[in-house]
Amino acid sequence: MTEIFGVPTQALFGQLLIGLINGSFYALLSLGLAVIFGLLNIINFSHGAQYMMGAFAAYFLLNKLGLNYWWALVLAPLTVGASGMLVERLMLSRLYKLDHLYGLLLTFGLALIIQGIFRHEFGSAGLPYSMPEQLTGGMNLGFMFLPKYRGWVIVASLAVCVATWFVIERTKLGAYLRAATENPTIVQAFGVNVPRMITLTYGFGVGLAGLAGVMAAPIYQVNPLMGADTIIVVFAVVVIGGMGSIMGAIVTGFGLGLVEGLTKVFYPEASNTVIFVIMALVLMVRPQGLFGSR
Amino acid sequence: MAEDVLAIENLHAWYGESHILHGVSLEVRKGEVVTLLGRNGSGRTTTLKSILGLVGRRQGSIVIEGKETVSWPTHRIAHLGLGYCPEERAIFSSLSVEENLTLPPKIGEGGMSVDEIYEMFPNLRERRKTAQGTKLSGGEQQMLAMARILRTGAHLLLLDEITEGLAPVIVQALGRVIVKLKERGFTIVLVEQNFRFAAPLADRFYVMEHGKIAESFSAHELESKTKMLREYLGV
Repeated sequence: MTEIFGVPTQALFGQLLIGLINGSFYALLSLGLAVIFGLLNIINFSHGAQYMMGAFAAYFLLNKLGLNYWWALVLAPLTVGASGMLVERLMLSRLYKLDHLYGLLLTFGLALIIQGIFRHEFGSAGLPYSMPEQLTGGMNLGFMFLPKYRGWVIVASLAVCVATWFVIERTKLGAYLRAATENPTIVQAFGVNVPRMITLTYGFGVGLAGLAGVMAAPIYQVNPLMGADTIIVVFAVVVIGGMGSIMGAIVTGFGLGLVEGLTKVFYPEASNTVIFVIMALVLMVRPQGLFGSR
Repeated sequence: MAEDVLAIENLHAWYGESHILHGVSLEVRKGEVVTLLGRNGSGRTTTLKSILGLVGRRQGSIVIEGKETVSWPTHRIAHLGLGYCPEERAIFSSLSVEENLTLPPKIGEGGMSVDEIYEMFPNLRERRKTAQGTKLSGGEQQMLAMARILRTGAHLLLLDEITEGLAPVIVQALGRVIVKLKERGFTIVLVEQNFRFAAPLADRFYVMEHGKIAESFSAHELESKTKMLREYLGV
């Protein structure tokens, strides 16, 4: 068996793949957080709960309405995004004149309530969600075996991330978003309906979390607490990448997934903490984050 | 007599608890250049901001193009054809010069084309590829802040302290721009500290003090008002 640095290549590539999968979810989730933070200046603590809602939405669509994974991929993010817009209109929008801390507290409280309700209704054992049949099985790449579904998650998440980056950095719509992030008052004085833009942006960021939830459902189980575990790491990713930086969220998301995978190979004991160690180091050396501007 | 584009009546405005405007009344007619003079803190900038609903709270009457707008949200007011150039210029650093120029959406008919704008501000054409709008010099940023509202079809321009901190040669260039804009039929409200700049441009003047209009007179009365202006402006 071939080895690299004394590690069998099978094991190395296997862990790197897991790292990339985790990284895909980190990237999607931190991207949503970055978009929301950029325009709303709110750290969306309910992001993990909204990710979980995406997975549950997929589960209900399949089991109550008979709509398969591909339908869920479209409908679940829309549903979760719409629920987010409702939250923004009814609750968050009342807090913009106060300190940003209040937005954080509100979304944190919401996360606890949402997770509590789901746990009360469905327990914490987790519900199974099977893979779409088109993506079962895998292929042999020569140096490793790649399950099709995992390959799909990586490609799909990368595509969504790149598309989001493109829209924000290279289109007129994105120019409005960037401008309103800097100075919402002036953008509104130009005649742009900024309050509506804020609602849609929050819905989009939350929708991304919902999408990540659907993609996660076949890999992890559909579990009320699935978001609570993931979101802590995602916050660390956002801090490392730089709050509000789109490119930072994407690159650090995938990058830190890989770092985590590599750590599992070479020093498994540290694999759960390595991201937080990096976060601490980044905060000391470059507090604005690797891609942050301030 | 030409119709009023803007008619403000007994306007009060607040920032939080502080009561800034105490019953401002003024009119601006179509095609006029009207200048608000006054010391710093007399309420000129707040008057401009109030027209667009950018203050905490306002009361009274602001009729634009025959529509009472005092309870409207900012973006809706803008669509009546207002173009706002704020004192701080507010050029976006995350947008290129060209993106800054083309950012404001169309709000009416008859806006200038990008080519016409570059003809009016040749510097901006040279610097249009600059990746960060805020990398421009102060004068160029001021020109960009004005240029971007000419494309949108706005016909009532609210220009706040456009000459502040700029070199005399740039101030003269801005003066020529105002003359051209007036010829094209724009209605302009200038807030100016620089009386020498405003004097030859404006059709009428309002002098503000303590959040009220203290005096108003038209261009042909200017000479007889010089002594009064010295007292109000301390120039």
